[in-house]
Amino acid sequence: MKAASRIYTGFVMVFLFAPIAILLVFSFNDSKSLSVFSEFSLHWYRELFRDSETLGAVRNTLILALSAAVISTIMGTAAAVGIHKLKNRYLRTAMDTVTNIPMINPDIITGISLMLMFVFVGRLFGAATSLNFVTMLIAHITFCLPYVILQVLPKLQQMDKSLPEAAMDLGCTPMRAFLKVEVPEIMPGIVTGLIMAFTLSLDDFVISYFTAGNGFQTLPIRIYNMTKKTVTPKMYALATIIFFVILFLLLLSNVVDKDTAQAVRTAREKRKERKGSK
Amino acid sequence: MKKKASGSLALVQRLALAPYSVWAVLFIVVPLIFVAYYAFTDQQFHFTTDNITRFFTATSQVTDEAGTREVHTYLLIFMRSLKLAVISTVICLLFGYPFAYLISKASERTQSILITLIMIPMWMNFLIRTYAWMTILQDKGILNSFLGMLGLGSIHIIGTESAVVIGMVYDYFPYMILPIYSVMAKLDVKLIEAARDLGCNSAGVLRRVIWPLSLPGVISGITMVLIPSISTFYISQKLGNGKFYLIGDAIEGQYTANNLHFAAAIAFILMVILLLGMAFMQRFANKRAAV
Repeated sequence: MKAASRIYTGFVMVFLFAPIAILLVFSFNDSKSLSVFSEFSLHWYRELFRDSETLGAVRNTLILALSAAVISTIMGTAAAVGIHKLKNRYLRTAMDTVTNIPMINPDIITGISLMLMFVFVGRLFGAATSLNFVTMLIAHITFCLPYVILQVLPKLQQMDKSLPEAAMDLGCTPMRAFLKVEVPEIMPGIVTGLIMAFTLSLDDFVISYFTAGNGFQTLPIRIYNMTKKTVTPKMYALATIIFFVILFLLLLSNVVDKDTAQAVRTAREKRKERKGSK
Repeated sequence: MKKKASGSLALVQRLALAPYSVWAVLFIVVPLIFVAYYAFTDQQFHFTTDNITRFFTATSQVTDEAGTREVHTYLLIFMRSLKLAVISTVICLLFGYPFAYLISKASERTQSILITLIMIPMWMNFLIRTYAWMTILQDKGILNSFLGMLGLGSIHIIGTESAVVIGMVYDYFPYMILPIYSVMAKLDVKLIEAARDLGCNSAGVLRRVIWPLSLPGVISGITMVLIPSISTFYISQKLGNGKFYLIGDAIEGQYTANNLHFAAAIAFILMVILLLGMAFMQRFANKRAAV
């Protein structure tokens, strides 16, 4: 049985990584061929770094993802605090339902729906092209928000309610109690939400495709445009770089995750000790 | 004094919800109303049901080995999307379920390594993943040169429905594994031991204990694979050589052709069908949970 499960795991891993491995290998191919490896070369990487359009797209993607992540994290965290305090059951259900919509709806419908609204409103104001960086940013914030809320809300629910009360009893103003006691408690959720929002925005193609203006090109849209025509292995070089960046980020987030978890655990233990000594 | 202070905190906390509430109405609810509005109006924004009727009645000529015949264009596209999406989802479930189970049985260290490995391809952009398969499956691609090396001849797979299914399975496979795994990882081992103590064999434990308890994960895995594969438009263009128009392609095509009203109508119909489907599945899941 053990051997069988090893073989099965191997089979799945080959399926998952073979296509990526092929991209990796052929990005170093000297010729244009995608099936015969002739000679090792960095030719396609040089081409890639000469391609100003792609480099511009990378910059655009980072600007967009960073803005969308920060804004949706701030708004989403505030929203989670508010939703957590909601006592009215119907309001709570309504909030949960609306928050779920962008996660359940196919991306293509989210994209189309926002595009239709932007185009309609743009026409009202007589604008010729109503899609630009701002509409794209709005779209990205919209699909990131539910993920942030979903990360922060459970942390609020797990929090000991007497903590902020204790802080206020000890003379903290409510705002200070919130910032000094509640925020550190829910920090792991906020950080995970921020990272999730950032990566979702970075990776999104479908919603961007429908809400992007002509002038603003993100990396996924650039890749789409590149793969529309005949492709040079430049694309593979790009994919290889993306692969290693993701690998690095994943390893990093694993480390950070363990660190935050560790920090929270020690903080809790310290608190317990203090409680014990009292 | 204290009461007043905490009262103002409560007010602040309630106000914290205000920006999101406004945002959610403006950019989640209102856009969906716009889909319906565009779906039921013509170019001059006069009410019409033409767009909806067109979806159900438009016909076109199809020529294949069986001859030329008249077909319902969009109904055929929808049925094809549904068929390919269901096949992909079933394949993902058949291979993903045992794999999720395997991971949940491994040591904690192995579990986190395997989960990270599964997530790496998921984080690569799906355009790149799909494109990789295109180079593999091409007639003169890597698969065929590999088969040729083994002396097995070659197969023509690019531009067939199978190629589209391979693309869907590859792109969405992790979405099936992760939710099932997260349910299985939390499964109480005592329940399995209890079942064994009461005389259940391995197959019985799987069928009567593990499967029913993992059902919520299975349901969310199915939704997470089925919905993106039924609405995709890139995979079919690249791996199906554009021969297998899917519902996503239809929406995208109408958008590109600037037929926003008909694009909205297709999106609206897709949304309604998915909502009904999901409500049905939820009821099925609830019923199973109640038993």
